[in-house]
Order: sequence, then structure tokens, then C-alpha cells
Amino acid sequence: MEKIAVQIDDLTVAYNYKPVLWDIDLTIPEGVLMAIVGPNGAGKSTLIKAILGIIKPIAGSVTIYGKAYTDQRKLVAYVPQKGSVDWDFPTTALDVVMMGTYGQLGWIRRPGQKEKKASLEALEKVGMLSFKNRQISQLSGGQQQRVFLARALVQNASIYFMDEPFQGVDATTEIAIINILKELRKAGKTVIVVHHDLQTVPEYFDWVTFLNVKKIATGPVKQIFNDDNLTKTYGINYKVAVNK
Amino acid sequence: MSSPQIEIQLIAAVVAVACAIPGVFLVLRKMALISDAISHSILPGIVLGFFITQDLNSPLLILLAAFSGVITVVLVEWIQKTGLVKEDTAIGLVFPALFSIGVIMIAKNANDVHLDVDAVLLGELAFAPFDRLLLWEMDLGPKSLWIMGIILFTTLILFFTFFKELKVSTFDAGLSSALGISPIIMHYGLMSVSSVTVVGAFDAVGAILVVALMIAPAATAYLLTSDLKKLTLLAVAIGVFSAIGGYWMAHWLDASISGSMTTVLGIVFLLVYLFAPRRGLISVLYRQKQQRTEVSLLTFLLHLNNHSEEENERHINHHNEHINWQKVRSKTVLDLALKNNMVSVENSIVSLTIKGKEFTDLALEYIITNKNENIEHMKDDFFLFRG
Amino acid sequence: MTITEYFELVFTDYTLRTITLGTAVLGAISGMLGSFAVLRKQSLLGDAISHAALPGIAIAFLITGTKDTNILMLGALVSGLIGTFWIRGIITKTHLKTDTALGLILSLFFGFGMLLLTFIQKQPNANQAGLDKYLFGQAATLVEKDVILMVIVTAICLFILLLFWKEFKILLFDEDYTRTLGFNTRFIDILITFFIVLAIVLGLQTVGVVLMSALLLAPAAAARQWTNKLSVMVTLAAIFGAFSGVFGTAISASQNNLSTGPVVVLVAAVFVLFSFIFSPERGILFRELRFRKNRRDLQLQKTLQFMYGIAKTHENISHPHAIKILNNFQGFTKKTLQELEEKDWIELNGQQWAMTNEGFTAAENLYNQQVPNV
Repeated sequence: MEKIAVQIDDLTVAYNYKPVLWDIDLTIPEGVLMAIVGPNGAGKSTLIKAILGIIKPIAGSVTIYGKAYTDQRKLVAYVPQKGSVDWDFPTTALDVVMMGTYGQLGWIRRPGQKEKKASLEALEKVGMLSFKNRQISQLSGGQQQRVFLARALVQNASIYFMDEPFQGVDATTEIAIINILKELRKAGKTVIVVHHDLQTVPEYFDWVTFLNVKKIATGPVKQIFNDDNLTKTYGINYKVAVNK
Repeated sequence: MSSPQIEIQLIAAVVAVACAIPGVFLVLRKMALISDAISHSILPGIVLGFFITQDLNSPLLILLAAFSGVITVVLVEWIQKTGLVKEDTAIGLVFPALFSIGVIMIAKNANDVHLDVDAVLLGELAFAPFDRLLLWEMDLGPKSLWIMGIILFTTLILFFTFFKELKVSTFDAGLSSALGISPIIMHYGLMSVSSVTVVGAFDAVGAILVVALMIAPAATAYLLTSDLKKLTLLAVAIGVFSAIGGYWMAHWLDASISGSMTTVLGIVFLLVYLFAPRRGLISVLYRQKQQRTEVSLLTFLLHLNNHSEEENERHINHHNEHINWQKVRSKTVLDLALKNNMVSVENSIVSLTIKGKEFTDLALEYIITNKNENIEHMKDDFFLFRG
Repeated sequence: MTITEYFELVFTDYTLRTITLGTAVLGAISGMLGSFAVLRKQSLLGDAISHAALPGIAIAFLITGTKDTNILMLGALVSGLIGTFWIRGIITKTHLKTDTALGLILSLFFGFGMLLLTFIQKQPNANQAGLDKYLFGQAATLVEKDVILMVIVTAICLFILLLFWKEFKILLFDEDYTRTLGFNTRFIDILITFFIVLAIVLGLQTVGVVLMSALLLAPAAAARQWTNKLSVMVTLAAIFGAFSGVFGTAISASQNNLSTGPVVVLVAAVFVLFSFIFSPERGILFRELRFRKNRRDLQLQKTLQFMYGIAKTHENISHPHAIKILNNFQGFTKKTLQELEEKDWIELNGQQWAMTNEGFTAAENLYNQQVPNV
């Protein structure tokens, strides 16, 4: 059995005392490229935010490689939903990527040449090097998402959490992003993605978690991505044309 | 009580009612700050109107100033559309600039204008009874009472005529345009009424306090009810109460009438904010505590349900470890569950009872189908004791 | 005194120098911290805080009976902070929205403050005169002690700003992400809010409670138009703020009977207006010009393409055609034709036009460009 990257026990999260996630037990093995799927309001983003400590759960625990998240921050990178930030903020693409190095630097210390070099490399990896000095509001949706990805890459983490990275991006960017994610997996990293497009699940991912307030199923795509689980998750008799 | 005293109270009450009604819709439409912007930016309009008419109560002045209020709204919306700054910054830039122009105009013409900065901020309610409306040598009462009366009358007519439309466009903009009620017309209609009211009330209570009279009664009432009719009635009642109460407080303290009116409004708001039966701070905090326990109970029951096969997850001494709770909290939750007959304990292993199982399944179904509100009814059905 | 006299005297006259220095420092710190308020979408919070400070000034006077600026400012700070936390309490604990909470606290606190002020004015002891300068500000009342306080606060603020620059920046841009990196966002948030409140309180004596928020916002809003870098924006805002302060004070001091606040705000508003119109990248003027140029280019291209379509059907591409046949085409004007001729793409001859070889190639290229290159 491989190492366990993320272990979630009995996690319950409530917004305004209304449960959004209920008693989730979930084990994510190291080195998978996993999609979290489920209908709107199923708590997909909430799950990621609870794992990362952005939201305080009312019950349950999360461990990253066996230790509490607060001790393992440096192993984790996060790509928030694109809509969660103010894109009119006066800053450049390179600046945003540099923010990925802030966690390693800690309080007060400023990024130096080393951090700048790493950020430029990350920008190159996502094909955005020529846009490094561009104001972020002047980037297209796909380019903004790539910058976000580069910011996560520069964190040089072991586990990557991404909240809907394909939302509102063009086809080229989607392919570019998924290729980078596949590369990360090849390098032994664990990648967890909140995903909307069920059609592409078998093509992009090797692991999947069905979520609707509680966990429906989790496991390898080949074994559990079927009509039965989809119906359980989405409520109605859900049939999706899965390319098998 | 002397006759000017009665007249002052009458004017204050009429102003309060005239402000409270549009205030309700401004609060509900999340545009409360627009009234702030309007009340400041009409100042240059008022000063200009005064140069022309030499009469603070002239209808022409009121129209001119109200027009500059509507211009403010248009200007703010235009700046927002350019995208150069955020929405709130647009409001924050426009009205201080216009207000400054007004203040400077007053200062530069201090000798010609019988307006001073104090009057701009506080109004001159105490002097209102001395400016009488004389027609054919007949004394018909204070001018400002007539002006505010006409404004209130118009507002009431519009309010009753368009009540349905206002209600729909406030609560559901999408539906209202589908029904053929133009949200734009409703928006600018409300803005025009607000502008006219602010201008009319400006003379009596001043620029900043008119905002209090618009927002505070509606906001206070909104903490007590959500029903639009009750909300409006309550806002009117709070407005009138504060107006009269404020008058007597000012009388007693020998201080500004409008300042006292606002202070009474503030006290009423504070009391309601703290003690309102369902939405007051104390009740919210109490309910949150109760809900926290109840959600914990739900979590606990679901945990038992999920692990009905594994006994070690259900051991009485271990559930605080698994769920990651403090001992005290675990104990409270377990006690509550036992009291409500949701669980039973056998050999230190906690199990769901039939009632507990039924409850858990139902709750889960509601949550997954996003019918969270049904859980509240369910709690009433199932719980003998609440958290 | 005229404005020129004012500036001549600034270097020699002790009082004027103190006042000018004070307003310059005040404008700088307001602009700096205002940038953060604007970027955090807390523009109107500043307005509420400054109004909420009024009762604090009055109560501090009622308790101590002195008009010592530091004590009154302490009162303002306390009541400003109470207002701020109450606003947060209303937003988080009730269903009233942000705008209602701001409007409520702003008007209720201010009304209460006015009640206290009028109450104080009616008191028998004569010491109370001059509290109303806090409404619209009076820079002339600044003394050396006040300016020293301003300089110290600004220096501390600048130090903190530089120390936590990285943390402030990332919090403003992406709060959730900041938390995942392990920064205590609550601490940074409280730090920023505290300094914004402090800057507001510092400005009350000079600009007044009614208009102080505008001095916070306007320089930042103007600075934002000229740059896409946070550091440049903050610096520019500080400069704009300082100039607004100095010019505003100079103008108000050179006139009788003019409070400082409204003049400072109007000078700052001129900066904003100028920036909105003339900033090269975001400004309305250049944006409109770019928009027009694009539209003209597009019309030109359309006309050229239309001509290309006609010329293509002829063996000799430079075969002359009547201008009349362009009439049923929308994008064409006399001016476009002239421009095309200037570019040597067509030749005009009386009522006829003929395409040149260059024009034909240009049109061909244009056509190829429009085929999407995937």
C-alpha cells in the first residue's frame, strides 16, 4: 500500500450552523491525480477549504502525511477559485507568482533573487513568461488561471489543491493545465482538483471522489466512475456518456 | 404646551414619516448609503436655489436641489461604469466633493446668505414655526409643515399606488422585469422621491441627520419583522416616536432638536439590536449556542450511523477522539442524545435507536436535497429537549 | 494674504511653516493608508469612522474639560473604534447589510455627537468655544506639538508598512490564500484597520469629521489611475495627498472665513478628475481616443476588404471603379477614401477609384489574418 497523503476523519463543516459537509472519512493516497465531483452546493470547495484550515470544521480531523496541517503547510499548495480575488488589483503576473514564495519566507523577510528566479521558471512552465510584467487585469481568463497555477508551482509542494482550475478557461489552457498536472503526478506529487465537467473525468484523472454533503464513493476512476455512483451523487437517474 | 411647541412636534413627526417610507426601500435594496450621498450633494443645489429664490421654502429651490440629488446618483453610476474605481469609492468621491462646493459657496457668501454651516448640518427646526404661510392675509400655519405635508402626501399616494410594484421589484428584480415592471423606472422613481424628501427635510433636520431618519427606523424595524407592510408601519412608528421623544429630550437638555431625535433613534436601535426577539444580538448568540449543540448532535448521530458496523468507532470513551472534540462538549452532546432517546448505550458502545436512525436518515435527505430549512421543523418534531 | 504671498511666507513665517508641514504630513499618511482602504473596498468605512469619532471628542471634553488636542483625539480614537466594531457586529450578527450598518453608525453617532456639541455650547463656562472646528477642520489651529505628533505617527506607520509590506500586499490581494500560507490574517487585518482609524483621527483637527474620509480616498483613487504597481500607487497617493493638503491649506488660509476641510477635499477632487481623464492607460480621454482609432481602423479595413472583393473579380486589379458603387456600403466616408489613398493602397481619379498592388497585398494579408490561426 502506498503512503497516505491526506487523511480525513469524521470531518463535519457547517455554515451558519447548517451542515455543508457531514462526517466525511476520506483517505487520499500519495501520487494520485484526483477529481472531486458533485452537484452545486455539495460542499466540494468547502472540503478543500476545511482541509486547508481556511474554514474551521465543527468536528473531525485532517492530517497531511500523518501530521496536523499547521505543521505541514510547506508540503501543500493551493489554487483558489479564480473569482475569489480582485483582478483589478495593481500588481503584475510575476508579482502574483512571487506570492507563492511568501509562505517559505515567513514573516517580514522579503523575496530576493532566488525567489524571483523560481517564479520566472514557474511562469515559463505555464507558458506565461512573456506576460510577466503584464498587469493582471489585462490577462485573459485562461492566462489568469495559468498565473495562479504558476503561483502554486513555485511553492514546490507535495500536495496541490485546486478549486475549479478549468472554470472559464479556453481549450488551449485547459490542455496546458492538465498536462502540467499529469507531469506533477509523474513526479510523485498528489493533485486534488474540484472538477465540474464529468465528461473529462476519465480522460484527465486516475482517482475520483464523489461528494454530496457526505462522501458517496472514492477510489480509482476505472473502478468507481460509473452510472451507479453518479446517480447516487446527483440524485436523479444520471447517465453520462463515459468513454470507456 | 405652547402652540409653537405643538407645531414643531407636528413638523418633526411629518418629517419622520416622510423619511421612513422611502428609507424602508433604500434599506431593503441595499442602497442605504445613496441617501447619505444625496443628502450631502444637494447642498450646492440648495445654495444655488437660494441665490435665485431667496427663500429656503420655495418649491423651485426644492426642485432644483432634488434635481442635483438625482444628478449625484447618475454621476455615481457613471463613474462606476467606467470601472476606474470600485463602486463604494465612486460614492465616497462624489458626495464629499459636491458637499465641499456647497460649504465653500456658503462661506464665500456668508453676508448674503442666511444659511450657516450649523444649519446645514442640524437644520433649524426650532425656528420653523416662525416662517408662516400667509395667503390673503390669512395665517395657514408654518411653511415647512405645508412643504413636508405635500411631500408626505405625494409619497403616500405613490406608496399605495405602486406598493405591489415596489414590493416585487425590491424582492425579485428578475421577476419584476418579467412582469413588465421596469426596474430602471422603479429605481429612478425611488431616487427622485428620496431626493425630494431629503431636500424637504434638510431644512428641518440638516444634511447628516436626515440620513439617520431614513435609515435607522427602517433598519430597526427590519430587525423585528420581514413583512413589508408591518415593516413600513413599524418604521413609521419608530420614526414618529423618536421625533417626539427627541423633541422633549432636547427641551430638557437645552440642546439641538435634531441631534436629540437622532440620539433617541440610536437608543431605540441599540435596544432592538440587543433585545429583538429573534434577530437581536442576545437572541442570536443564544440561538447560535443552541445550534452549535444541535449541529454537534446531528454530527454525532450521523457518525454513529456511518459506523454502525465498526464498534470501536462508537466506544463511549473514544468518540471525542474520533470527532476531535473536547471532553466536555462530547459529554453534553451525548447527554442530549440520550435525553432525546436518539441513542442507547450498551457495554460502553453507543448505538442509534430506531428513532435516532429515522431522524438521521431524514436529516440527511433534507441536507442533500438542499432543503435545510426543513431541519428546523424536524427538530420540533423529534426533540424533547433542545440544546 | 494671497496664495503667492502665502508661499513666499512659508519659509520665513513660523506659524505658516508649521501648518504647511502638518497638512503635508497628514495628506501623505492619508494617501498611503487610503490606498489600502480603497483596495480593500472599505472606502465608505472611513466615512463612517470619521463621523463616529465626533461623540468621542465631545465626551472627552465633557470629562476632562480641556481642549488639549491629544486628549480629544484619544476620545475620537476610542469612539471611532467602537463605531468600527459595532459596524462589524451588525454585519456579522444580524441580517442588516453593510451599507445599512455603515449608514446607521455614521448618522447615529454623528447625531449623538451634535447633540453633545450643542449641549456643551449651552454650558455656562466659556471654555467650550472652538470644538466646532472639528466639523470642517481648521488647519490654522495646528501648533508645533500637533505636527510633531503627526510626524511620529506617520513615521511609525511608515515603518510598519515597510516591515509588513509583503504581508499587507498578499492579504489585500488574496486573503484565503494568505491563510493557507500560514500567516495570521486576523493580525494583519487588525493592523491595517487600526492604522486607517489612526490616520482618520489624526486628520480630524485639520480636515474635520465630515470630510476626512475624502482625503483618505481621493489621493488613492487618483494614484490608482497612473500605475499598476502597488508600491508606486502608495507613493503617488502619498504625494497627491501631501499636495492636496498643502494647496488646500494655502487657499483656505489666504481667504477669510474658509474652513480647511472643504478646500482640501476640492483640491484632491481636482487630482482625481485630472487622473480620471488624462491618465495614459486607464484615463477616459485616451481610452476614447483608442476606441475611436480602433473603430476607424476597422472601418478602413472593411472598406479595403470590400474593394478587394470587387477588384478580385477583375483581371486587372487596378481597373478603375466608380466611387458610387461603394455607396451601399456602410463603413465608407470621404475621409476613409483619402486615408486609403495616403497609404498608397488606392488611387483616386475624379469619381473613380482603382486599387494599387500594395493595396491588394495589404487586403490579402488582412484576409489571411482574420482566418483564426489555431
